[in-house]
Amino acid sequence: MTPEIGHFALILAFILALVQGPVLFLSAKGEDARFAAFGQRVTVLIFVLVAVSFFSLMHAYAVSDFSVSNVFQNSHSAKPFIYKLTGTWANHEGSMLLWALILTLFSAVLAAQGRAAPRDLLLLTLGVQALIVSAFLAFILFTSNPFLRLFPAPADGTGLNPLLQDPGLAIHPPFLYLGYVGFSIPFSFAVAALIRGKADTVWARLVRPWALIAWVFLTIGIALGSWWAYYELGWGGWWAWDPVENASLMPWLAGTALIHSVRVVERRDAMKGWAVLLAITAFSLSLVGTFLVRSGVITSVHAFAVDPARGVFILMILMAAIGGSLSLFAMRANSLTATGAFVSVSREGALVVNNVLMLVACAVVFVGTFYPLFIDVLSGEKISVGAPYFNFIFAPLASVTLILAAVGTLLAWKKADLGASVKKLLPAGAAALVMAIIVAVIADRAALSGAFAMGLVVWLAGGAVIDIAGRINLFRAPFAQSLARAKGLPGAAWGAAIAHTGIALFAVGAASMSLWKTEVVQLMAEGDRAEIAGYAVTLQSVERISGPNYEAERATFLATKNDQRVLLAGERRFYPVRGMETSEAAIRARGMNDLYISFGANSSGNGWPVRLFFNPLVGFLWLGAAVTAFGGLIAFGDRGRKPAKLRDKKTAPAVVEAAPA
Amino acid sequence: MNRVVLIIPVVLFAVIGAFFAWGLTRDPTAIPSQLIDKPLPQFEMAAIEGLDQGFSSDELKKGEVVLLNVFGSWCVSCHIEHPFLMQLAQNDTIKIYGLNWKDEPGKGKEWLDRLGNPYTKVGDDYSGRVALDLGVTGAPETFVIDKEGKVRFRVAMPITEQYWNNTLGPMIEELRSQ
Repeated sequence: MTPEIGHFALILAFILALVQGPVLFLSAKGEDARFAAFGQRVTVLIFVLVAVSFFSLMHAYAVSDFSVSNVFQNSHSAKPFIYKLTGTWANHEGSMLLWALILTLFSAVLAAQGRAAPRDLLLLTLGVQALIVSAFLAFILFTSNPFLRLFPAPADGTGLNPLLQDPGLAIHPPFLYLGYVGFSIPFSFAVAALIRGKADTVWARLVRPWALIAWVFLTIGIALGSWWAYYELGWGGWWAWDPVENASLMPWLAGTALIHSVRVVERRDAMKGWAVLLAITAFSLSLVGTFLVRSGVITSVHAFAVDPARGVFILMILMAAIGGSLSLFAMRANSLTATGAFVSVSREGALVVNNVLMLVACAVVFVGTFYPLFIDVLSGEKISVGAPYFNFIFAPLASVTLILAAVGTLLAWKKADLGASVKKLLPAGAAALVMAIIVAVIADRAALSGAFAMGLVVWLAGGAVIDIAGRINLFRAPFAQSLARAKGLPGAAWGAAIAHTGIALFAVGAASMSLWKTEVVQLMAEGDRAEIAGYAVTLQSVERISGPNYEAERATFLATKNDQRVLLAGERRFYPVRGMETSEAAIRARGMNDLYISFGANSSGNGWPVRLFFNPLVGFLWLGAAVTAFGGLIAFGDRGRKPAKLRDKKTAPAVVEAAPA
Repeated sequence: MNRVVLIIPVVLFAVIGAFFAWGLTRDPTAIPSQLIDKPLPQFEMAAIEGLDQGFSSDELKKGEVVLLNVFGSWCVSCHIEHPFLMQLAQNDTIKIYGLNWKDEPGKGKEWLDRLGNPYTKVGDDYSGRVALDLGVTGAPETFVIDKEGKVRFRVAMPITEQYWNNTLGPMIEELRSQ
């Protein structure tokens, strides 16, 4: 019965959304308050209905109701309870329902707290959201219905892909979706701005928090995915330029450009068409990423169920959403005129440079990801684009970005003095030089690239520190006064400095992993020794163990270095229900460094193929991502300045005036 | 701003969208459509280390329905598929030719020694060149080749008893009766 309630709620939500869209568009023009009120309130109702639908599916998973086809195909009675619950979204149909749940949640939040927005802007934005909701609910109901029943009901399910039975991957998709779907609101705001022919500082103030929160979620989602791949897949790396990873990176890059450019609209009332285009791009790439690459959560080529009806429907949604919004852009973007004058050496000029860099990076990823498809279509050849292409282009691109990011934050709005800003950066430059020399001396290999990379990192982090120190008059004013200024500093300024520091920390991990990672592959029997990075690693024992729904080989390694002795255990699990194997790498973190061991099957009888990695400073990757996301969160907390006409210049605290961010 | 500039994004998307639409007609897990119902591409594979006979594509075109199975000792799913292939071989159900894909010298033989050899002959494709011509995307993968030496079907997953009984077995019976 419960699945039918969920099914019915979903149909009801779909019909309401179909009605809601046109009502909102019409009421945005007219004056009738009742239609507008209906359109707004029904947003919350639709969310409630989709939530009912989602949780009834989750209930079917919780009680292992195998009469529901979706549960039968993706669950099993012997699965740990928590993975029964997370199994709700670890499949195509369920993940689409989660998508819809998050989408309608965001719409409902916007409807509830968007009262500060101009009436027509809010109604139009909600109207665009309603169209997106309708499209997705139609997609679920007509091509990916999770509530279909099986008769007679099978006795047990076919199990969940064991790779997905992991805490990292259980929470990774919700965060990723919060990010992807979060960009729908800036998108809808952008389309609404094009329809009404007006995007101003008020518009930017409304868009910015949504863009930021979506970006924060996406940052966390990508980092979780990378972390999961790192410890679960056993290959010792953290990023493989796989199409699925790229699909999440592209909206992140576009989103990064968006959060920077929206700030220009807010502060300078300029670059509006550009910001609108970025908002459209960020969500478009989210759509492309969600659908064209991952039709389900499982991404193995052989598990990819291609259903032509689904593909066509997806493409229709893409055409309507992206094609429609870009056509509107072509027709209406001219009506978004800027009032602020534009000088190239200024904060806004630096942000344009940021945008160009982000979009170039985005285009590089896009081309690399879809090149095989283009070649296939044009010539029928099957090719693949590997990591070397991406690394080759990304290393210089990232270097330029890091160099300029430090300069950019120190430039003032409107018209800046480049010389003065560079002079302020001298201490950062000196620190970077010292760091580079230290690295060049102590590095046992890749000394030059390492020195350059670590110098850049110090430069960027130093720039962030100098920026904050300058704003609060550190060492120039009494400490108490500096502290007071620090408290009064807008969240956007703190957020930018923290996020840039996070990026610098992240770059430490990325650079170190690509320059100084060491790897040893060795066939080891029990008692054998291997040497890596000063550690002597002995395979102590391999034993068979039984988990709740798997059988495993657990290998215990003893690593010794000087007088330290560390025990590490890794597993190779076999899940009989799916006939699949997974590995749990043995990882020992020492500060920021990881000793990482994975092993394969003892197929020869002479020992286990063991891969040992020493991953130096890898912890900075996760730390950096967390700090970056935290910076975004702080900036999100900054509600921005009131529009100029509402602000009393005399009483505004001086620190805010002097605080470009 | 110039009208033409503003049109660029939508034109760009139209081009990309056309590629997507075109790409949709191609199933990434299916063999490139031009191979189905076409003669098997020409190839010649040496024996793997430890065995003495390889085979060429001509051998698969001798008026008999045969299977060409892609495997590697490194491939987990092949491990799962293997017992059923053994069963097919032991019952003389069908001739299976093995393509040992990207396996280091000696590994293939080691695997067959340990688990049994269901293959009529095994060819060495350490470089992956033949697999590339066949459009192999992963292992295990199996091609059904008809009496005239044409590729009739591709299975891009482990063959199980159930799959054999429901799909592959009947298909092969039909091909044999043609």
